[in-house]
Amino acid sequence: MTIALSLTILVLIGISVWQIAKIFELSQSKKENTQVANDNDNRYNGQLMFAFLLFIYGITLYSFWKWGDVLLPEAASEHGSEYDNLMWISFAIIFFVQTITQALLHYFSYKYHGKKGQKALFYADNDRLEAIWTIIPVITLAGLILYGLYTWTDIMSVEENEDALVVELYAQQFNWKARYAGDDGVLGDANVRFLQDFDGRNLVGIDATDPNGLDDVIVQELHLPVGREVIFKMRSQDVLHSAYMPFFRAQMNCVPGMITEFAFTPNKTTGDMRLDPDVVAKVKKINKIRAENSKALVANGEEALEPYVFDYLLLCNKICGASHYNMQMKIVVDTPEEFEKWMADQQTFAQVIQ
Amino acid sequence: MSTAAAQVHEEDHGHHHKETFITKYVFSQDHKMIAKQYLITGLFMGIIGIAMSLLFRLQLAWPEQPFGIFEVLLGKWAPDGVMDPNVYLALVTIHGTIMVFFVLTAGLSGTFSNLLIPLQIGARDMASGLLNMISFWLFFLSSVIMIASLFVEAGPAAAGWTIYPPLSALPQAQPGSGMGMTLWLVSMAIFIASSLLGSLNYIVTVLNLRTKGMTMTRLPLTIWAFFVTAIIGVVSFPVLLSAALLLIMDRSFGTSFFLSDIFIQGEVLHYQGGSPVLYEHLFWFLGHPEVYIVLLPALGITSEIIATNARKPIFGYRAMVASILAIAFLSTIVWGHHMFISGMNPFLGSVFTFTTLLIAIPSAVKAFNYITTLWKGNLQLNPAMLFSIGLVSTFITGGLTGIILGDSTLDINVHDTYFVVAHFHLVMGISALYGLFAGVYHWFPKMFGRMMNKNLGYVHFWVTAVAAYGVFFPMHFVGMAGLPRRYYTNTAFPYFDDLANINVVITVFALIAGAAQLVFLYNFIHSMFYGRKAEQNPWRSNTLEWTAPVEHMHGNWPGAIPHVHRWAYDYSKPGQEEDFVPQHIPLKEGEEELQH
Repeated sequence: MTIALSLTILVLIGISVWQIAKIFELSQSKKENTQVANDNDNRYNGQLMFAFLLFIYGITLYSFWKWGDVLLPEAASEHGSEYDNLMWISFAIIFFVQTITQALLHYFSYKYHGKKGQKALFYADNDRLEAIWTIIPVITLAGLILYGLYTWTDIMSVEENEDALVVELYAQQFNWKARYAGDDGVLGDANVRFLQDFDGRNLVGIDATDPNGLDDVIVQELHLPVGREVIFKMRSQDVLHSAYMPFFRAQMNCVPGMITEFAFTPNKTTGDMRLDPDVVAKVKKINKIRAENSKALVANGEEALEPYVFDYLLLCNKICGASHYNMQMKIVVDTPEEFEKWMADQQTFAQVIQ
Repeated sequence: MSTAAAQVHEEDHGHHHKETFITKYVFSQDHKMIAKQYLITGLFMGIIGIAMSLLFRLQLAWPEQPFGIFEVLLGKWAPDGVMDPNVYLALVTIHGTIMVFFVLTAGLSGTFSNLLIPLQIGARDMASGLLNMISFWLFFLSSVIMIASLFVEAGPAAAGWTIYPPLSALPQAQPGSGMGMTLWLVSMAIFIASSLLGSLNYIVTVLNLRTKGMTMTRLPLTIWAFFVTAIIGVVSFPVLLSAALLLIMDRSFGTSFFLSDIFIQGEVLHYQGGSPVLYEHLFWFLGHPEVYIVLLPALGITSEIIATNARKPIFGYRAMVASILAIAFLSTIVWGHHMFISGMNPFLGSVFTFTTLLIAIPSAVKAFNYITTLWKGNLQLNPAMLFSIGLVSTFITGGLTGIILGDSTLDINVHDTYFVVAHFHLVMGISALYGLFAGVYHWFPKMFGRMMNKNLGYVHFWVTAVAAYGVFFPMHFVGMAGLPRRYYTNTAFPYFDDLANINVVITVFALIAGAAQLVFLYNFIHSMFYGRKAEQNPWRSNTLEWTAPVEHMHGNWPGAIPHVHRWAYDYSKPGQEEDFVPQHIPLKEGEEELQH
């Protein structure tokens, strides 16, 4: 039944478009039917061009007003504030250029719409103008490139150091695991060949003959201490995945057969972030939406949605198969004391395989 | 040299071959017929590609809701009318493949390079009609195989249009990586062969068959764009072919070019020593130039249409040619900006950031030159002109966000989010599509001897223009909110619950945009048969194609090929009666040719 109905609707839409097209065609005067734009067409379309400029500005302002609050909150990592600065500078330049160029483009299209008897200006070249609008982008971009490269080098230079916490992020279809190095601070060797050892209890394929691996800790929820650099070593056991941690402005692909790296220092605990005014407002808005969705569910005899509480997230951001959209892990940023306490409760690899 | 070749052809032209239906309409070697074949195949593929995008937009706006249309079109892949996640990925993959390669590469370049290169440079036909015909039929074959892949048991390829291994290499990883992926690879290999044959033909024709007086610096910008595009294609497509062949080896013959240390479905695979990052390099060595293979012809078409309809010379011809060449050169050394976070050495990221942001310079020059061409013009706002202005608008809006994505630092957090989707759809998808539409409206009289209906053209443009911004502008916000692309739904994350209404807005605009294309389709088909008969030079244009008779004939011109005496942009030249002086009109006594 639905099949027949939707087919009928499709056919009807098709017919109505065809009919509207037909009406437009018939409504044209037969007399002047060259299908080349005349003065009237130029005037109307010129005006529409101007209106379109207003539309572009309008949709920009409307989007910011209506959806400005969906943007990510302030970064929760040390390098993140630098990232956000660079982002806002780039955006300022983009909006400036966008506003001016679109204005010129559409205003000229309106202002100089064709009229019979009018002649265009023969203006084919001007080396000075060309030089100006080559040099201005060169200078602007040079600035952006230098600033960008400076920040990039800063973020990407991962240096091993005593104080840093080393964490392995381990990806597989369709979940994440994390491995801590344990008391010795060294991750044990690992390879997919060892995954089947110990009846599948060797979750990330640690080489049990490597003594460094025995005190490693494998978890399904990532805990990080605030204010301490974390060096991530990423692995994947099957296909490409990407460890995306948007709140920390951090991302790196996980590639089977190699170890990739990314490092950052979280600077806000989960508790602090939950008190951030932007996050509070966002959570409130989301819970309002969820409450409304729940009403419909309850009316259908289903369970209501649970209220949402903010948590940091790790998402998969490289297409990896059917459940790509649901490959996630919760990240909790603790105070150092909370972190130590949590860590003490975890089982080591040696305990797991016993 | 060019004249000698042309003369040989001229003598050849005397005796006509007998043409049957088959040689005229099917296995034609005439460039005008081949152009039409490309256009119609491209439009057909376009309908499929756009329809797919509407299907997955429905799923994104109303996730996991049953739709009758899914049951009809997707059958067992939409149990009870709810789209399956694997099918969602397949639709996204095939939409991307079809739109990028089949519509905007073959449909755009194939159509207008074939139609315009011989006609605008003053040649009887392409250098090799036979290769040209083979090129089209290979394209047709690859289209058939791509469509056939939609009907295999486990579904078509679903690893994204970039088909990164190991996902694309292992049938265990997803159902689409079985037979569907094999057909995808075979189809693309044939497509590349077609593209290479076509490109070589375009290059040889432009270099050798220009009529007397058509120096390289008098070439219309369309031809410059097609010529340079063909060169980029010849340089970069073979690399994709090699990537595809190596992937076929990995898939079918157990080699390990791209695979290493894999455990899947409870089994350790034998692959050792390969790297998916190698595939990414090979893919993007074509993949990025491909953006310009798509875009440059659209910009060439726009240059021609804006000058003609502004009744003004294109501003800065030399700078336009220089920027085409600069973009082409730079396009081959920026591919790494797709791989900032792929795990490659961060130092490479710095290099690629530098080269990538350099591309903004010639792009900015082009945009400013278009705007200056409009200044103090006498704009004839025909539908083709509207689409050209629309192209400049979306090219700017989409191009500017490239400053963010091309910057390795900023890319970290927006990489592979909807921000990217918004960026590239505006800057290459919509822009190139506008270029295609502009070209069809402008050269329809040349192709079919009839005019398209202008009022329908206006409706088509304005609805499309509003809807395109309506779709892609809000999408930037979805990306900045941190939502990854290629997610079947965002309902698995309560954090994204407040994106639901943006998704509905986007989908509604997408449906409107889709409906507007029906107006175009009607106009196109109807005008082909019932449109008003075209005059020889309806747009009062300078280029040579408008000196050929409206009725198509083999060899393009009944008599001698016109000789060229000036550049293509003598519009509104002082001291001339008309506001245009076609290229074949000799200079008046005392008239100076512009030094360019």
